[in-house]
Amino acid sequence: VSHVKVGVGLPNTIPGISGELLVEWARRADAGPFSTLGVLDRLVYDSIEPFAALSAAAAVTSRIGLATNIAIGPLRSPAMLAKHARSVDALSGGRFTLGLGVGARKDDYAAAGAEHRKRGATLSAQLAYLRGQLDESGIGPARPVELLVGGSSGAALARMARYADGYAHGGGPPRAFGSAANRARAAWQDLERPGEPKLWGQGYVAFGDVDRGNAYLLDYYAFTGPFAEKIAAGNLTSARAVRDFVRGYEAEGCDELILYPTVASLDDLDRLAEAVS
Amino acid sequence: MRVSVVGGGPSGLYLAILLRKTGHDVTVVERNAPDATFGWGVVFSEETLGALRDADYPTYLEITDSFARWTSIDIRYRDRVLRSSGHTFSAIRRTHLLDILQRRARALGASLTFHQEASDVDGDLVVAADGANSGLRKRFDFGSSSTPQGCKYVWFGTDLVLDAFTFVFRETEHGLFQVHAYPFDEHTSTWIVETTEQTWRRAGLDTMSEEDSMAFCQSLFAPELGEHRLMSNKSVWLDFPLVRNTHWHHGNVVLIGDAAHTAHFSIGSGTKLAMEDAIALANALERYPSAVEHALVDYELERQPVVERFQQAAGDSAAYFGRVAGYLGLAPIQFAANLLTRSGRISHANLMQRDPRFVRVLDAWFAASAAGTALAPGAVAPPPMFAPLRLGGTTVRNRVVRSAPDLAEAARAGAGLVLTGFVATAQDGRTTPDCPVADDSWAPVVKDVHDTGALIGMRLGHAGRRGATRPTGGVDVPLTDGWPLLSASPLPYTPSSAVPAEMTEADMARVRDDFVAAAERARAAGFDALELDLADGYLLASFLSPLTNRRADVHGAEPLRFPLSVVDAVRAVWPGLLVARLTVTDWAPGGLSVDQGITHARALAGHGVDLVHVRAGHTTATTRPEYRRGYLTTLSDRVRNEAGVPTLVGGYLTTPDEVNTVIAAGRADLCLFDPPPNPLEEVAT
Repeated sequence: VSHVKVGVGLPNTIPGISGELLVEWARRADAGPFSTLGVLDRLVYDSIEPFAALSAAAAVTSRIGLATNIAIGPLRSPAMLAKHARSVDALSGGRFTLGLGVGARKDDYAAAGAEHRKRGATLSAQLAYLRGQLDESGIGPARPVELLVGGSSGAALARMARYADGYAHGGGPPRAFGSAANRARAAWQDLERPGEPKLWGQGYVAFGDVDRGNAYLLDYYAFTGPFAEKIAAGNLTSARAVRDFVRGYEAEGCDELILYPTVASLDDLDRLAEAVS
Repeated sequence: MRVSVVGGGPSGLYLAILLRKTGHDVTVVERNAPDATFGWGVVFSEETLGALRDADYPTYLEITDSFARWTSIDIRYRDRVLRSSGHTFSAIRRTHLLDILQRRARALGASLTFHQEASDVDGDLVVAADGANSGLRKRFDFGSSSTPQGCKYVWFGTDLVLDAFTFVFRETEHGLFQVHAYPFDEHTSTWIVETTEQTWRRAGLDTMSEEDSMAFCQSLFAPELGEHRLMSNKSVWLDFPLVRNTHWHHGNVVLIGDAAHTAHFSIGSGTKLAMEDAIALANALERYPSAVEHALVDYELERQPVVERFQQAAGDSAAYFGRVAGYLGLAPIQFAANLLTRSGRISHANLMQRDPRFVRVLDAWFAASAAGTALAPGAVAPPPMFAPLRLGGTTVRNRVVRSAPDLAEAARAGAGLVLTGFVATAQDGRTTPDCPVADDSWAPVVKDVHDTGALIGMRLGHAGRRGATRPTGGVDVPLTDGWPLLSASPLPYTPSSAVPAEMTEADMARVRDDFVAAAERARAAGFDALELDLADGYLLASFLSPLTNRRADVHGAEPLRFPLSVVDAVRAVWPGLLVARLTVTDWAPGGLSVDQGITHARALAGHGVDLVHVRAGHTTATTRPEYRRGYLTTLSDRVRNEAGVPTLVGGYLTTPDEVNTVIAAGRADLCLFDPPPNPLEEVAT
């Protein structure tokens, strides 16, 4: 019987988040039933940079895993990305997992001066660098970092199976995760990787102020057009919904499920801890 | 709430009924007459009937009162009729269904207007139920697409009353025609004729009048129709429009039925999906009575995944009928099994449940055919994956092939044939420093496998431009100080890979000698099968694709020349089973097409290859695979049936049922099937 580990997101992409709240959030998560603290990545938004957020979290936690889930790889140079990743891993005593994807927003690319059109190829080149040349680059601290890759196209899944240790799914109902997980396993077998890929999922929660949580999702995903409504409709708003969701993901073979807050409320964090313990 | 429904087809009318029952104000506007309709009868499954019964019992009663019901599928093929039973269908005359729905909608107080264009519709909710060519849909951005799918088809009626869903396959001098026919009342059946565009043009149907084309079909199917006649209802040849929408609502305008999605007629689900849409939308509005937007999102979330599954199956079914002429060599029972399992919705196990007699005969026929004996009346046999395969002078004890690190264990776990992973011809052909080579060390492994009764094959290759990579932490990550690489042309596999040298004739002679020497060592070690790797962008494969062979010499003009010379040289010293692991399509723009891949398979078979292991993609690192369960099965099917060569296929097959279905339907002869360990095994004994 598979047992999914349940992590919680840091509210680093919720506008207006204070350092104080972020750090207290990390502290409570570390003391709670969660396996990992996850962060999302967005450049042109009122959000905290994911590696900076995890560095802050690393300083006040001792046990919990730390993960970018995902960070938009092509916005950063491969060497800087490696430096950030290895630094967070060193600061946290080896608790870091690097999840990478291409993201979905053109304005992030424009602001970073990165080519949106070549994002897939750029991510592949970064992954090749992280798996290869980095070792001889002199960029320390030298530590092996677990690597996840996201994306849903066949090309993205092949990239994941070529370079990563596992797959970071972008969210949705358990059935959608299950279908993506099967495709990830198929890609893994196709590239003749031994065993199975690690499978990470994610979901959104709001307990207290559900309207505010939904409004945040509609705003955060406004660039997807009508799809934002579907993401908001998937917001988990009760302990029962969370438990059903976790069981659903477990049944589909998820290894690690990160539940992201949609309201930066410590009360919601406590209720989530209660729901999953 | 005021609801305006545009379109008076089954989905629009049924929605009007359901929304009237919850007290909404409903107006239906239809541009045509109440009884205007294209086509004849529509089909429902039992599952749909259940949904209709729960949603509105009075219409359910009326619909089922006038249903034609049947449980059999007749397959008329090579002047025989194969009947499979246990499939529950029902159908109704489309105009009668509309009449029932119109009366019920009116009785419940919906306002129905015909002969009226929907110019300025308004309301709290506006429903586009105006069909595949929806005019309302065009006014907003739904991310719509409509593309032709499958063959040319024409929809007739006939007064021949069938007692089964009937497929007719008729070969002509122009090509193959097929019929999808089913009864829908006591006097009439639907009779759809379908053929490829090529055959349709060769037969001159592209320039024929409606009357002439009906006369053509009448005479083509005279053996089945007898004195009965075909009837036209605006029956012209059509392309089926595959309609998709990325989102199904825009503000308060929502798409249902064919306006939202279509599913190829050959799985008979269009009306079913349309009426289920109406039910889901009505339920969503009941769940969120005061929030239309919420309800529409809920409706879309509920229906989209279901529709995607049907569209996938419908696409597979449409593609099957496009290439069915290639299956005319199959024995009738296997042809039937292939037809019944075409869309992936019915497997060997489903058939076993629906029609155990059919499956008994299928399995017994398969076993007899595999053994080269006659089918004995009343014979029973294990399912196809357990039938032995006679091939290349040897017999594989079953259809399961495994490739695991511990080959003896894989063999003990029930495989008929185990294959090593990639074994290099020589040191310079290795993928990684840990990659095994075809040296003298293999005899003990072979003996361990033989002790289990399984056969063992060596997968032999030269890594080419995918050589000299790191053994762990991913694939294709180059070593810092690797060895020199070879390929057809000097192109690196990934941007960070080393650039290979373009092979000279001397390189080719040496590599060929290495293959021969390795084959001789494999023979000495006692291997039963030798699998030459001509796939996945390795050395031999690099000659076969236009993406990787840019040579100006004879090998550019004749891509098969060097690979075939290796096959010939190996065949000369290798008496056992010879397998070619072959990329049959590159899945990349400008790359090898499936048709070219099939030509390659045919050429290899002509040079003594006994079995093709079907692979796709990985010619370049930017390949675009469409992963799903059994994603290589259709390619294997095409190679096996079009090139006429036995095949082995993997492609993420995860259950014995999938293997049985692939093998029984003649889509492959052997399957790679490596189920992962299951915790249940620990407690099973």
